[in-house]
Amino acid sequence: MIVWSDIEVRYDGRRVLGPVSLDVADGEWVGLIGPNGAGKTTLLKTAVGVADHVGTVSLGGRQRRPGLDIAWMPQRPHLPEEMGVADYVMLGRTPHLGYLAAETRHDVEAVRLALDKLGLGEFARRPLGTLSGGEAQRAVLARALAQEAPVLLLDEPTASLDIGHGVEVLDVIDELRRQESLTVVMAAHDLTLAGRFVDRLLLMSGGLVVAEGTPASVLTEENLTAHYGAGIRVLHDPEGPVVVPVRRADGRATDSANRSTP
Amino acid sequence: MSHGATPVEARSTRVGWVPLSIGVASVLLSALLGATVGAAGLDPMDVVRALLDALPGVAIESGLTEVESNILFEIRLPRVVLGAIVGATLAVAGASYQGVFRNALADPYLLGVAAGAGLGATVAFAVTRDSAFLAPYAFVGGLGAVVVTYALGRSVGGRSATSLILAGVAVAAFATAVQTYILQQNVETLREVYSWILGRLVTVGWSDVVELLPYAIGAGLVLFAARRLLDVLSIGDDEATALGVRVSRVRGIVVLAATLATAAAVSVSGLIGFVGIIVPHTIRLLFGWSYRVIVPLSILFGASFLMLADIAARTLVAPAELPIGVVTAFFGAPFFLLVLRSMRGPT
Repeated sequence: MIVWSDIEVRYDGRRVLGPVSLDVADGEWVGLIGPNGAGKTTLLKTAVGVADHVGTVSLGGRQRRPGLDIAWMPQRPHLPEEMGVADYVMLGRTPHLGYLAAETRHDVEAVRLALDKLGLGEFARRPLGTLSGGEAQRAVLARALAQEAPVLLLDEPTASLDIGHGVEVLDVIDELRRQESLTVVMAAHDLTLAGRFVDRLLLMSGGLVVAEGTPASVLTEENLTAHYGAGIRVLHDPEGPVVVPVRRADGRATDSANRSTP
Repeated sequence: MSHGATPVEARSTRVGWVPLSIGVASVLLSALLGATVGAAGLDPMDVVRALLDALPGVAIESGLTEVESNILFEIRLPRVVLGAIVGATLAVAGASYQGVFRNALADPYLLGVAAGAGLGATVAFAVTRDSAFLAPYAFVGGLGAVVVTYALGRSVGGRSATSLILAGVAVAAFATAVQTYILQQNVETLREVYSWILGRLVTVGWSDVVELLPYAIGAGLVLFAARRLLDVLSIGDDEATALGVRVSRVRGIVVLAATLATAAAVSVSGLIGFVGIIVPHTIRLLFGWSYRVIVPLSILFGASFLMLADIAARTLVAPAELPIGVVTAFFGAPFFLLVLRSMRGPT
């Protein structure tokens, strides 16, 4: 499990996140949604030590060990063009290696497994610079999986994937979560897709959690219109809510001043 | 999905036998060439025999006269070995700087070590008028400049690499301004300082080698050990941090090791440009992106490149000598452009 307690983040004295507290149980999948600048990415960053914050992030009373306990898939990963896919995924083994150690057979096996799970076997030797957006996204996820950490933080994991690959990637994550009781926290912009997979949704706005609960209880027209500002309609499908954007009748861009911030 | 068939192990982070063998062979050949070529030509086989004879427990008649033997052991070899150490140091320091700052244009002089050493050398000439003080003054000047750069960079930009590089630019400009002022006030030292700035490997006996060796070996070991971490740093500070790497500590240790060795090298050899940037980039173009390949090969090819440059420096306009910094740039630049063109790839 992973626990954020009274987290606050300030940039230049201005509070951009918090106070936020969040408990995610072992094997649970939590989705973070909300408009741009809501604090989703920042909340994930506090857990991996790349955003200065007050408050604590722990693993159920135990201090977290960087890299070993939490794997992070960033929104805009740095992909060195010439680096091969297998070598890139091998970087995920860094937390398991001493500063001066070399990779063992087990590390090689973990990389092979991660590549195969994401269907990247045939790309193992390809330089990252030659991959399509979706392939690169899968390589980044493979690197996170190779860390073999019990907690997986995903920042927009389907952002550059077509709908087919998006569902496929989330299916892989779901399968892993069930097999290895991974704890997953995912920031997402695709509300319908997120609603299909997660156990619990947190709607964030202005750095705070403004709604929390099952996808059906959070993905309501009232919640979404209030915080995203756009005209949004929610249809009810047996598999879960379907979020549909509604164009304004006069065609003007939505006035962002209409958004409510807490 | 092809379970079990994924070629994970055939990776590009290992130094291949071919480049490694070429590197070792080029070091040995350049050293042999450096020991034999010069005003007093020595027979290569005699030189090999003399070197074997010098090994403990081996006795072979070399065929060299006593004078020739003195030339070999007290003039040629110290200079060849000094060239090898300086070249290896500058190349591996350059490679490490490029890795740690993720900046292809980084060279060992990035954080002001050259300008600081230049200022130190100028002060030594202007104040003491005794070239015996040159090396210690240059060493202190070089290190001092980098310490100031680090302090300034941290105070304005925290842990950011960019603020460190910009602080280096400012410190270098300041040190160069002070140096120029001192030179203007002491015009008679201009010639000596200028000759030092262009780089030289003039040495008699082994004292320079002995002074430089501990720094070079220490830095070489640290940078060799850090080569895998340099690959991790290539995905950026945040992602490396999330993988459990203490980025600013690693960067600090790598910069310290590279800077100490560069300052030591510069203090005995002057400012030999180009090696620290051209050698690692050529290796990158020919043998791949990984610092696990670039770091060891930079040591080998840096050493042989500077030994060869020194041979050119002392033979092309014999009996006069060219400054070695002029030779490294004159031959290094076209060679690098040739490699760049033939690879047709981005660096």
